[in-house]
Amino acid sequence: MAELNLVEAVNCALAHELAADPDIVLLGEDIGVNGGVFRATLGLQQRFGAERVIDTPLAEAAIAGVAVGMAAMGLKPVAEIQFTGFIYPAIDQIVNHASRLRHRTRGRMSCPLVLRSPCGGGIHAPEHHSESPEAMFAHVPGLRVVMPSSPRRAYGLLLAAMRSPDPVIFLEPTRLYRLFREEVEDGGVALPLDTCFTLRDGADLTLVTWGAMVPETLMAADVLAQQDVMAEVIDVATLKPLDMEPILASVARTGRCIVVHEAARSAGLGAEIAAHVAEEEIYSLRAPVLRVTGYDVVMPLGRLEKQYLPDRQRILDAAEQTLGAA
Amino acid sequence: MVTVASFSISHTGFIDPQGEATGPLPPFAADSEALADMYRAMVLTRLFDKKAVALQRTGQLGTFPSAIGAEAIGVGLASAMRAEDVLLPSYRDHAAQLLRGVSMTEILLYWAGDERGSDFAVPRHDFPNCVPIASQICHAAGAAYACKLRREPRVAVCMAGDGATSKGDFYEGMNLAGVWQAPLVMVISNNQWAISLPRRAQTAAATLAQKAIAAGIEGLQVDGNDVIAVRHAAQQALSKARSGGGPTLIEAITYRLGDHTTADDASRYRDAAEVQQQWLREPITRLRNYLARLGAWDKDKEIRLHQECAARVERAVADFLQIPPPGVDAMFDHLYAALPKSLERQRAMARRQPAPAAHGEHHG
Repeated sequence: MAELNLVEAVNCALAHELAADPDIVLLGEDIGVNGGVFRATLGLQQRFGAERVIDTPLAEAAIAGVAVGMAAMGLKPVAEIQFTGFIYPAIDQIVNHASRLRHRTRGRMSCPLVLRSPCGGGIHAPEHHSESPEAMFAHVPGLRVVMPSSPRRAYGLLLAAMRSPDPVIFLEPTRLYRLFREEVEDGGVALPLDTCFTLRDGADLTLVTWGAMVPETLMAADVLAQQDVMAEVIDVATLKPLDMEPILASVARTGRCIVVHEAARSAGLGAEIAAHVAEEEIYSLRAPVLRVTGYDVVMPLGRLEKQYLPDRQRILDAAEQTLGAA
Repeated sequence: MVTVASFSISHTGFIDPQGEATGPLPPFAADSEALADMYRAMVLTRLFDKKAVALQRTGQLGTFPSAIGAEAIGVGLASAMRAEDVLLPSYRDHAAQLLRGVSMTEILLYWAGDERGSDFAVPRHDFPNCVPIASQICHAAGAAYACKLRREPRVAVCMAGDGATSKGDFYEGMNLAGVWQAPLVMVISNNQWAISLPRRAQTAAATLAQKAIAAGIEGLQVDGNDVIAVRHAAQQALSKARSGGGPTLIEAITYRLGDHTTADDASRYRDAAEVQQQWLREPITRLRNYLARLGAWDKDKEIRLHQECAARVERAVADFLQIPPPGVDAMFDHLYAALPKSLERQRAMARRQPAPAAHGEHHG
């Protein structure tokens, strides 16, 4: 079994599915000869040919739009938007077409595409290269929104996304691309697309998070454990449709809940999760649900991004607050 | 200085507004029965179109975009296509859709606000109407790429209006199709008006066809009120695309004789005299006059055709009016391939809500 980092796991999943399914085509800017700016598609054009691993012109709306046309014709396009900050021109195609083609035609047509895009901050990138727009996509009926937080989950979830009959927005946290390695078995086994992953059990506190905040949250849980506070850590990973059951079951046991996300606070997914907890488990709560999030500001450039991004200490501060409540 | 590239745009028409041939006709036009078939399709479209507007005016249909005056474009184009080709229409393209096999009942259902109207029984692989302007041009480039990748001799055919040529998706989709030499035919119905914006305010370009040149593909102009010219250009473009020759843009010049939709009142922004003038160029009378000159059409045939078309339209309307609204589950049924757990509860809530009264829901 190979030790892979997250971006290598993405590459591995793409290669696996290109070999297994002749309908898979990859398209995007600089993904072919260059192997993608993060090397997520390294070597794939050489291996599978330029007809199936397509270097496109610089046109995000068209990348999404032609993917809709390909998918409706029975191909399974996996399009890369080079950075999530450049995904906005493609939103018309995603919202007006990809997400609703099946519904609009009563199932006569469908749109099984995957739109991959590196997201999030923390790598000191230029302007528009550090966005976290997952809540925007999670608001759209008909889409699936997925964000992996480890090489193994990236491999399994990307396979699942490529095999899904529904359109999937697959957001890859750039900060995790090369943060750590773990063993990934290239056995073609997909993970489920409609469930959260409980990464750590605990009876005292529920920490709900996803993407690049998962390692920070796990570190915070380690510190808490040293203080005899056992935190349950849930990686939501499949943000839409949102599987609330493991979160609600956990909160029913712990009575305390903190949601951690990198994206801006207002109308973020943290609000959605907190609302569900209030609707379903308010009598289990022993303290208010708290959110540890980015601020409602424009994602700052490199010099301030560390002060924007939630970190272990902010999670620990919130934990202290919720544990100190009656 | 040297000229490194130069271009020209051709304009083709075969039959003048009075219905006289202006020169030699393409070979298919020697078959007067084939021309009569196109004439019948155009008349059916017009009668259907008028009926749809009347249904809207009497509260039995939602907003409807009349295609009056543009019948030759859809009929000329669709009559040149093969069944296995793929049509990606805009939302005013029922002339082409009817010829492709979409039923009048389905079209009425769609405009009555029922998604089942896009579940075409016959052209199963044709795309549904596309309302967000020009976005279908990107789909068409992708669909054409799929045909090419699979080595299938099929062509993606997309239709759009003059307004669409100002949008980024128009250029982006066309540009990709050019790079890929994909089997794509783009037909721009230039009806001179994008709701209230006249063609001259849409672009400073002398023609819309020349926009294709920037994407490295062939662009040409035809008289869109001359069904022979439309069919001829479509045949050539389809055959070129099918044999690997790449995409073509056809700008078909016509005029929107009706309002933008039933929700629009074009008298607010254009002169009645201009519209009157354009009625002298409309496509149906033109072809009838030509066929009559050939001796291939007469008053009896005309009366019979109108009776047949009216009966077909009436049957379609009767079928449409008998279809009850969909159940509330229809909102949930096809959102995902399988309903996610999180939506099961919302569907249960929707099921508990009483259905509203059936009347009075249409506006515009």
